[in-house]
Amino acid sequence: MAVDAQTVHRLAELARIAISEETLEEVSGRLGDVLKLVDQLQTVNTEGVAPMAHPLDATQRLRPDQATETDCREEMQAIAPQTEDGLYLVPKVID
Amino acid sequence: MHQLTIAEIIKGLREKQFSSVEITRHLLERIQQQDARYNSFITVTAEQALAQATAADERLAAGKAPALCGVPIAHKDIFCTRGVRTSCGSRMLDNFVPPYDAAVVEGFERAGAVSLGKTNMDEFAMGSSNESSFYGPVKNPWDTSRVPGGSSGGSAAAVAALLCPGATATDTGGSIRQPAALTNTTGVKPTYGRVSRWGMVAFASSLDQGGPIARTAEDAALMLSVMADVDPRDSTNLQRPAEDFTRDLGQSISGLKIGVPKEYFGEGLDSATGERVQEALREYEKLGAQLVEISLPHTHLAVPAYYVIAPAEASANLSRFDGVRYGYRCENPADLRDLYMRSRGEGFGEEVQRRILVGTYALSAGYYDAYYNKAQQVRRLIKQDFVQAFGQVDVIMGPTAPSPAFALGAKQADPVSMYLEDIYTIAINLAGVPAMSLPCGTVDGLPVGLQIIGNYLDEARMLNVAHQYQRATDWHKASAV
Amino acid sequence: MEWEIVIGLEVHVQLSTQSKLFSGASTRFGAPPNTQACAIDLAMPGTLPVPNEQAFRYAVMFGLAMNAEISKRSVFERKNYFYPDLPKGYQTTQLAEPIVGAGEIEIHLEDGSSKSVRLHHAHLEEDAGKSLHEDFQGMSGIDLNRAGTPLIEIVSEPDMRSAAEAVAYLRKIHSIVTYLGISDGDMSQGSMRCDANVSVRLKGEEKLGTRTELKNINSFRFVERAIKVEAQRQIDLIEDGGQVVQETRLYDADKNETRSMRSKEVANDYRYFPCPDLLPVELDDDYIEAIRRELPELPDAKSARLAGEYGLSVYDADQLTQERASADFFEAATRQCGQPKLVANWMMGELAALLNRKEIGIEQSPVSATQLAGLIERIVDNTISSKIAKQVFEAIANGEGDADTVIEQRGLKQVSDTGAIEQMVDEVIANSTAQVENYRNADEAKRPKMMGYFVGQIMKASKGQANPQVINKILKDKLDALL
Repeated sequence: MAVDAQTVHRLAELARIAISEETLEEVSGRLGDVLKLVDQLQTVNTEGVAPMAHPLDATQRLRPDQATETDCREEMQAIAPQTEDGLYLVPKVID
Repeated sequence: MHQLTIAEIIKGLREKQFSSVEITRHLLERIQQQDARYNSFITVTAEQALAQATAADERLAAGKAPALCGVPIAHKDIFCTRGVRTSCGSRMLDNFVPPYDAAVVEGFERAGAVSLGKTNMDEFAMGSSNESSFYGPVKNPWDTSRVPGGSSGGSAAAVAALLCPGATATDTGGSIRQPAALTNTTGVKPTYGRVSRWGMVAFASSLDQGGPIARTAEDAALMLSVMADVDPRDSTNLQRPAEDFTRDLGQSISGLKIGVPKEYFGEGLDSATGERVQEALREYEKLGAQLVEISLPHTHLAVPAYYVIAPAEASANLSRFDGVRYGYRCENPADLRDLYMRSRGEGFGEEVQRRILVGTYALSAGYYDAYYNKAQQVRRLIKQDFVQAFGQVDVIMGPTAPSPAFALGAKQADPVSMYLEDIYTIAINLAGVPAMSLPCGTVDGLPVGLQIIGNYLDEARMLNVAHQYQRATDWHKASAV
Repeated sequence: MEWEIVIGLEVHVQLSTQSKLFSGASTRFGAPPNTQACAIDLAMPGTLPVPNEQAFRYAVMFGLAMNAEISKRSVFERKNYFYPDLPKGYQTTQLAEPIVGAGEIEIHLEDGSSKSVRLHHAHLEEDAGKSLHEDFQGMSGIDLNRAGTPLIEIVSEPDMRSAAEAVAYLRKIHSIVTYLGISDGDMSQGSMRCDANVSVRLKGEEKLGTRTELKNINSFRFVERAIKVEAQRQIDLIEDGGQVVQETRLYDADKNETRSMRSKEVANDYRYFPCPDLLPVELDDDYIEAIRRELPELPDAKSARLAGEYGLSVYDADQLTQERASADFFEAATRQCGQPKLVANWMMGELAALLNRKEIGIEQSPVSATQLAGLIERIVDNTISSKIAKQVFEAIANGEGDADTVIEQRGLKQVSDTGAIEQMVDEVIANSTAQVENYRNADEAKRPKMMGYFVGQIMKASKGQANPQVINKILKDKLDALL
């Protein structure tokens, strides 16, 4: 089962990953292989089984509301691709 | 000196047979001379290691040495290290120097260990052969034309090549156990939530777990004792206080009930590999254990469920790599979309991209129920298999990997065949139980791993069971070099 | 054709916690960019979220105030999309299992009627950062200080039928969150933001029309105008034979029109799934009941109490309690001067006009409750007349000090000195021979009315400062003496 080109394009757009036209066929073929593998899931009856998001049935611990962090802008922006006046720069955001 | 185990190093340091600086310098030299053959390190931090060793020697001299004081180890390059590049085997993070340490790294620092550097790995821990690393494949010290397994291939190879006595690693679907099996090392994946994930770059959050790779169960227990701790920064951490996992190593295993799942010895298992595992089981019988045939009926669904859940989680976990705040940014983006598409298109390798796309597919409108939700239901069935089995037996044993190390490149063209490398390890991550791999012989000169699966939080017993086997056998002492 | 407008609102309210929903970074407003964005907020690799207990407490308080179901189990999910102000590439929010379930509140309309609006649910989620559009070499700047600030998103059922109802609902939400103290509710700073789903249908029709979503409307006034103009656009469109397209639209306050946000129309597929870095949150009855016991008095209860305790009309009580600050102001002033009706009248009259003129809230009122009570005390003890009081009020508002200071410095003290008033009365009578003659010839019954002229003249002579009661007494005596 290959995944059609349109689906690959849609997934790539959602995931924001550029995929070149040359590799498109290979990508869609391999995606199809993986989906064929996971389609084996359809062979088992899971009616009434609660989905399990975590291996342990633990519940969430909550944190007290305290501002514990201090300004770390300089350190964080030292590893940023592009900043100015303390802001991260990106190509123009158009609403 | 490079043949010493961690337990022997601790003893040697305390008895002043050698200093931390001496053994650290020795291992750094070995890495420098030999690692070109294996490519097991991405970054070697010689200067920092020697500084740490000097400090350790002072503490040893002052008699104030913590557990692993002066012991040189290495960290998988998935654990953030303050001031030291943490690449996760990816071009995306080739320039990433985190301003913070992972909880595991802090743990080893507190224990006085010396970090020699960062080990190679499959990109973002996605792979079973260590061929997806941006820094090139790691080669198996037992045969450099073969893979060391993955994703913690660098850690396993470094330990097997006697470049360090132990290394940290992570296991999402077998990434500690499978490379341990392929390199004749001992690797432990603890119960999910034992080891804090803080500062460990996430692949699939509900499956990822840090653990040690070493040459003996005893060394793995020593390492795990400094890795497993309470960490309020990780919501999924079990908040279990640190334990001494060596405490039960010496206990007899007479009367131990070992579950042998029939599903782990069926089609897909290389026959010679299966024989080595059977021999190990017979050895256990000699040690007084009792074999019980059991069934884990949903085993065949573990790989399919995993390849929905892990990519789904990864597809979101890896969205933060967008070229805005850190990491790779493409040259001259034309606009915002182009910045995202090319930074991620160029920064991520093929396997990572494939998994992101699979995960995106599984979560997308119209497919969620058929894939993601279904996989989560199957996950519960798989967990129930283990819960039922542990009602009957103390530990479960079987092969770690279906066959010994394969040749570099052999499975690269067929991702699904690569995924099947993990058929015996993946269910353990889905269920969250602890498991480990230890050497149990060779096939054509290549190591075979025995997998021991423990009940939830029962790592101490699992390690005891492994240690007793290593006292009775010498397989773990066989060296690649 | 008679059209019916159908409105549902999604209101985002920033919770006033000290730290963020999932990190220990401060939520203080107005800090230099990215100085309150820690490693977690920046989505640094390997960082992990831990939820803030106070955000849950606030959400539970809100749910209880909305008479809503509180979920003992709630689950955070990831909503996946790429935007530079969203560092993780997903927003951590709640979808299938939100903290607050269905509820219902009463809204009060200007005509005195009430109506009930159903709450669909309210959930906790994290806010995004901000994109700054001023030019940085043709690029946008990203400030992530706001990223991770806790929000509750309050989703109503489509129960509102006019812009006025929508505003009344929004005011009610504002009133509840500020009473609870869980948000400052400041729309101008974005602490409260509103999206409106608007559709129209023929009256009597059951099926809902196609809706549009109006994004990010940032004041009560704009909510009203945006809904009106959008509903009219839809009606005109349909009446001209067109069809409403389901889309997101932006309200342009300058042009008073809505326009399509085409850039947001790229088919979104948010791929929600439970966040694997977080576990289900479970709250027990004890936790919820402890919060219920500590809930402050809410607007409806406070209004009923004020009406009963101080004899205010229901309308007055409602007006005064809409904002907690206003109710607090009223109670503080009344406690001091003991004149609830006068306090209410002054608050809804002069004070409301002043605040309106200055476009500020009662929290920033230049006249404090103490100052207003002081002013009322001087009216009641006849130091000044109500008329002069208005002058004094303006002076207080201008920062000239409290009532006593203003009265003293401006010499506005009412003249009650009989000698001085007698002299003024005598002068006026002497200069008004014709009017005195008329008074003398008039019927007994008409005389009191005729006194008004003389009082007016005397007030004028005294520049308004003569005590009217004293004037009346002296004047009557003197005029009657002439009979």
